[in-house]
Amino acid sequence: MSNASIPLLDMYRTMLLILRFEERCNYIFMQGRIPSTLHLYIGQEAVATGVCTHLGHDDYALSTHRPHGHAIAKGVAPRAIMAELFAKKTGCCQAKGGSMHVGDISVGMFPAIAIVGANIPIAAGVGLAAKRLGTDRVAVAFFGDGAANEGAFHEGLNMASIWDLPVVYVCENNLYAASTPVSVAFRIEDIADRAAAYGMPGVVVDGNDVEAVYEAAGEAIARARRGEGPTLIECKTYRLCGHSRSDPRTYRSKEEEVLWEENDPISSLGERLKRMGLATDQSLAAIEQEVVDLIDEAVAFAEDSPAPEPIDTLNHVFYPHQAYETAEGEG
Amino acid sequence: MSTPSTNSREVTFGEAIREALVEEMRRDPNVIIMGEDVAEAGTPFKVLSGLVEEFGTERVIDTPISEAGFTGLAVGAAMTGMRPVVDIMFGDFLALTMDQVANQAAKVHYMSGGKLSVPLVIRTTMGASRRSAAQHSQSLHAWLSHIPGLKVVLPSTPYDAKGLLKTAVRDDNPVAFFEDKMMYKLRGQAPAGDYIIPFGVADIKREGTDITVVATSSMVHVALGAARLLEEIGISAEVIDPRTTVPLDTQTIIESARKTSRAIVVDEGYEGYGVTAEIASVIADGAFYYLDAPVKRMGAMHVPVPFSPPLEDSTIPTQVSVAEMAKTLCGKV
Repeated sequence: MSNASIPLLDMYRTMLLILRFEERCNYIFMQGRIPSTLHLYIGQEAVATGVCTHLGHDDYALSTHRPHGHAIAKGVAPRAIMAELFAKKTGCCQAKGGSMHVGDISVGMFPAIAIVGANIPIAAGVGLAAKRLGTDRVAVAFFGDGAANEGAFHEGLNMASIWDLPVVYVCENNLYAASTPVSVAFRIEDIADRAAAYGMPGVVVDGNDVEAVYEAAGEAIARARRGEGPTLIECKTYRLCGHSRSDPRTYRSKEEEVLWEENDPISSLGERLKRMGLATDQSLAAIEQEVVDLIDEAVAFAEDSPAPEPIDTLNHVFYPHQAYETAEGEG
Repeated sequence: MSTPSTNSREVTFGEAIREALVEEMRRDPNVIIMGEDVAEAGTPFKVLSGLVEEFGTERVIDTPISEAGFTGLAVGAAMTGMRPVVDIMFGDFLALTMDQVANQAAKVHYMSGGKLSVPLVIRTTMGASRRSAAQHSQSLHAWLSHIPGLKVVLPSTPYDAKGLLKTAVRDDNPVAFFEDKMMYKLRGQAPAGDYIIPFGVADIKREGTDITVVATSSMVHVALGAARLLEEIGISAEVIDPRTTVPLDTQTIIESARKTSRAIVVDEGYEGYGVTAEIASVIADGAFYYLDAPVKRMGAMHVPVPFSPPLEDSTIPTQVSVAEMAKTLCGKV
């Protein structure tokens, strides 16, 4: 694939939007203006961006407890995510989900699933429906290295493979399952090796290189659309923040963090764009401004939005009864 | 007691379930069946025999032994256009599926702000006395009744099984459908064609005036047996079958208890923290000033189900034990 066909500037903008969004969330959280905790996506922006750039709103993404980046890359409006974090009725889940569950099915982003690994078989089922309904839709499941040790990973990958389901499994190996390093949780170097056990391709890519992610995802998505079955892509990456807001990161060294900070996917792409003549300092600054404006607007929207009503607690436990086709048959 | 009107003929409980599925699969091409040994074998209980011949392996899907996985697949497929009916061979295996059932299926509609729904049916079995010991004999419907967002169905007759299962397939929420595996050969009247029974409507299986026995699933037949024994000594028992624990028809139960002023709740789930406790509480709240005796609960003994036939039989209520309890409450010991 030639560089000319890769929408690098669009992806730069998406990655920067994710980063600035997460930084703003962190800032607002520290001010005590949003409840709960946050699992930030800082450092992993290239993965969601490189994959979701291929997907239309008819395709599906299924995320995790760290979903803001996937949601933004999949096209969920930042204002709807921000309003959800502020627990407002205008939030993408009407304040029923919060940070760990953001999503908007109208753009193909399922409300994120915060039980580790649970989205893996669900994605296969989404693929099963897409296939049975005769569509060429693809389902992408994002998950971390930790999820690869859940039973759901093994059951889901196996069934996706035996039935040639249109699913792409994207493992974001950020080297730590919360505080537990991959070195103590795996006997293998590459999680992608596990694909062989299920008879599907397993690919390892540099998850901090958006072009590499884009290319690997493009191939896997095309394969899924052709009806040839799932792929497991392992993206080696690093979260440049704690697991959640309460994580002091004592399990890893400052030196290691600095090394990865120098390999941050956004700055390196910015430099590359300038070298390629696709951007200048001015044009990148303009993107920066555009992104910041969008986030300012999202925060203002969230702050101005109404809170849910007390009665909303009871709404949506069950879908309303549909009109049954025949009358009750009891005599 | 329900008396089916037209086209009624005798079928078994298992045949009624198969008919419901066949009719629903003919009506709606998005209804699919997934589970272990559902296609080729038609399940170990032969309830699904012949379905794969009519609908093919694309719609009657033999899965690997991956209960958590295929239940998860069904949740995903249900959110995106399918209406899966999942077969969990033994209710005990629900333990393997609980994340997908309790954390995913039950909560998607709520957590999506009402934008997604999960029209999923989980058919599974319950009931002891098959000499299968503690991992194949439990009645775990209380687990699922405890989780907001799930509907729970417990048919006791072929007529109810067919009508309730058709309702379950058409419902846009996750529904757990519990079949007592000792009832598959039970015979009863049911119409040949289409009919449905709404959820949340209890059925008065027998009218009476002296005591109310609320019973579920196979315990309905235990209660009816007890009622016959009681009739011989002049006690008139009313047998109420809630048919669904979620939603629960509290009104019919309370009205009956107010009328008779005595009540026993019989259910094959474990008695502790179970369905009997919930329904007894409904009666205590709703009929307190009408009651002449404490509401009594009769469930499975709080032990793992033993293999030994006499020991196993001692763990569940019988028509004799229910009749004895009723006599005590009526002061006729």
